[in-house]
Amino acid sequence: MNRRTLLASAAILAAAPAFAQDDPVKVGFIYVGPIGDGGWTYEHNEGRLAVEEHFGDQVETVYQESVPEGADAVRAITQMALSGADIIFTTSFGYMDPTIEVAANFPDVVFEHATGYKRAENVSTYSARFYEGRAIQGHIAGAMTESNRIGYIASFPIPEVIRGINSAYIHAKKVNPDVEFSIVWAYTWFDPAKEADAARALIENGADVILQHTDSTAPQAAAQEAGDVITFGQASDMAEYAPEPRVSSIIDNWAPYYIDRVQAVIDGTWESQDVWYGIDQGMVEIGEITDAVPEDVREQALEMKDAIAAGEYHPFTGPINRQDGSEWLAEGETADDGTLLGMDFYVEGLSGEIPN
Amino acid sequence: MDFGSINPVLLVASVMVSATPILLAAIGETVVERSGVLNLGVEGMMITGAVVGFAVAVNTGDPASGFAAAALASAVLSLTFGVLTQIFLSNQVATGLGLTLVGLGLSSLIGKPYEGMKSPTLPKLDLGPLSDLPVVGRMLFSHDIMVYLALGIVALVWMFLKFTRAGLILRAAGENHDAAHALGYHVVRVRLMAIFFGGACAGLGGAYLSLVRVPQWTEGMTAGAGWIALAIVVFASWRPWRVLVGAYLFGGVTVLQLNLQAAGADVPVALLSASPYLVTILVLVIISARGAHAAPGSLGRPFHASQ
Repeated sequence: MNRRTLLASAAILAAAPAFAQDDPVKVGFIYVGPIGDGGWTYEHNEGRLAVEEHFGDQVETVYQESVPEGADAVRAITQMALSGADIIFTTSFGYMDPTIEVAANFPDVVFEHATGYKRAENVSTYSARFYEGRAIQGHIAGAMTESNRIGYIASFPIPEVIRGINSAYIHAKKVNPDVEFSIVWAYTWFDPAKEADAARALIENGADVILQHTDSTAPQAAAQEAGDVITFGQASDMAEYAPEPRVSSIIDNWAPYYIDRVQAVIDGTWESQDVWYGIDQGMVEIGEITDAVPEDVREQALEMKDAIAAGEYHPFTGPINRQDGSEWLAEGETADDGTLLGMDFYVEGLSGEIPN
Repeated sequence: MDFGSINPVLLVASVMVSATPILLAAIGETVVERSGVLNLGVEGMMITGAVVGFAVAVNTGDPASGFAAAALASAVLSLTFGVLTQIFLSNQVATGLGLTLVGLGLSSLIGKPYEGMKSPTLPKLDLGPLSDLPVVGRMLFSHDIMVYLALGIVALVWMFLKFTRAGLILRAAGENHDAAHALGYHVVRVRLMAIFFGGACAGLGGAYLSLVRVPQWTEGMTAGAGWIALAIVVFASWRPWRVLVGAYLFGGVTVLQLNLQAAGADVPVALLSASPYLVTILVLVIISARGAHAAPGSLGRPFHASQ
């Protein structure tokens, strides 16, 4: 390309912004695990495929898998922005600071960070109210456990994970006052061998229900091998382990949101926002409750789901005390989003300490 | 502190299962490095073994064929590394890293149809009266055959390196390839055979993950196990029995810390989570502080007969 054509094309670009709209919008995704994890990243990738399906030639999508959280994420996001992405979804909590950092260098690119709380002119955040699904899981788990010990494979001690533990515990305790939670912090989102080991350790220590907040299906496989243990699909339906051990699931449905936001970029109406959708808006779905669950428990669970969707019931409704016994929510009081987003404490009855 | 719910018998049994994949990969890599080759592709070979072993076991219904196919596939894959580095003299570090990338990509391609499937798992061996012994029977003598095979391979590698002429030649190629060549040994051939063996072991380790330890196929499921195997080789100062100690220690502390958490032990979780790495490094530093612990002299250096 000589200088004249370079100048000419620059002039065209400058003079005719309408041209830009004919180019496909480039949509980037940064994933924390492989798209075949069968859980968290799998569902984000389903959202990406839905975007491609919906917009056809209008968009081009790119993605990078297994990007470590932390400094290396800066490099990966920067590279994606440099390659011409117009909108980039960074789909794990640990990408929060990297996303903000890169966004400051690319004011013309818009960013969407999942599950974080830091925003900027060109950075939105979005998350789902997974704790609504956790409440239903807790109810089923509490009703079905025979050993009264429920194992919980936690990933990192961040508010989202702690919220899930609290929500599941409160509702398990409600149906079964004798229930106890054993919590294992795996310090990973995705490591099938470690997740399987954690599930086994919990089962060997007497748990007959395993809840997980890690991304792979390995705990399901470990539970199946052990027998007489029930599990719940995490982030994705994990239906291949139904009807047992997997008796239900929380499914993250990102597709409508992704389509909506890409549409906003195409229309030029994108603005920074903060979204936290739940069962009501369909971002959190409850997978089929299988026949392994007694009929009455299933009905109660579905009633709770409907009540949450209708806004009649909030999973964090007082009276609820903190672990140290001090009052958090008074009778009938519901938690505000601010406290939930920053949740760094266990509710009363849980044993052990939150790391950090 | 309540350790009441930890059953030491089940704990030791879990440790043996948990340590086997890295033990297999590490003992194979030990032989490769003792011959003077640094193959950083362990992760790629393991995951290839994991997917091929799983696929073959699902299709044939026979886990033993799965393991055999996994060993063969990873060994063949490692030979591409061997040919590139030994015959075309490519850079070993770069080629090894390339091997890891190829393995990860190839495995996710092969593995797509197998996601969410179940495989036949390896039966526990019945060692007759040994398995019936109280406590020890459940702890040590009721595992699948791969656990014992891994231990057998360690013993064989030790005997091979220490007592056989072939082992001496292999070590000579690793310590000083010019001298070995001057004595008339085929350095390249020795190294290719070592690389082949290392690949087969890594493949077995990977297949053990997907067929026994997890057991299922998930993309990227090795999640760094190959790198831990590489580190164990270094910390074990290239000695087979120390590799065994390192692998069991690492696997042991990993499982122990999860059990301590599950039992609600009152120990800071961050410390527990870091403990496998801390303890492994500490113990191996102590045991290698005594003897000589230098790397093989020609490790990672290219060799060509004309130079």
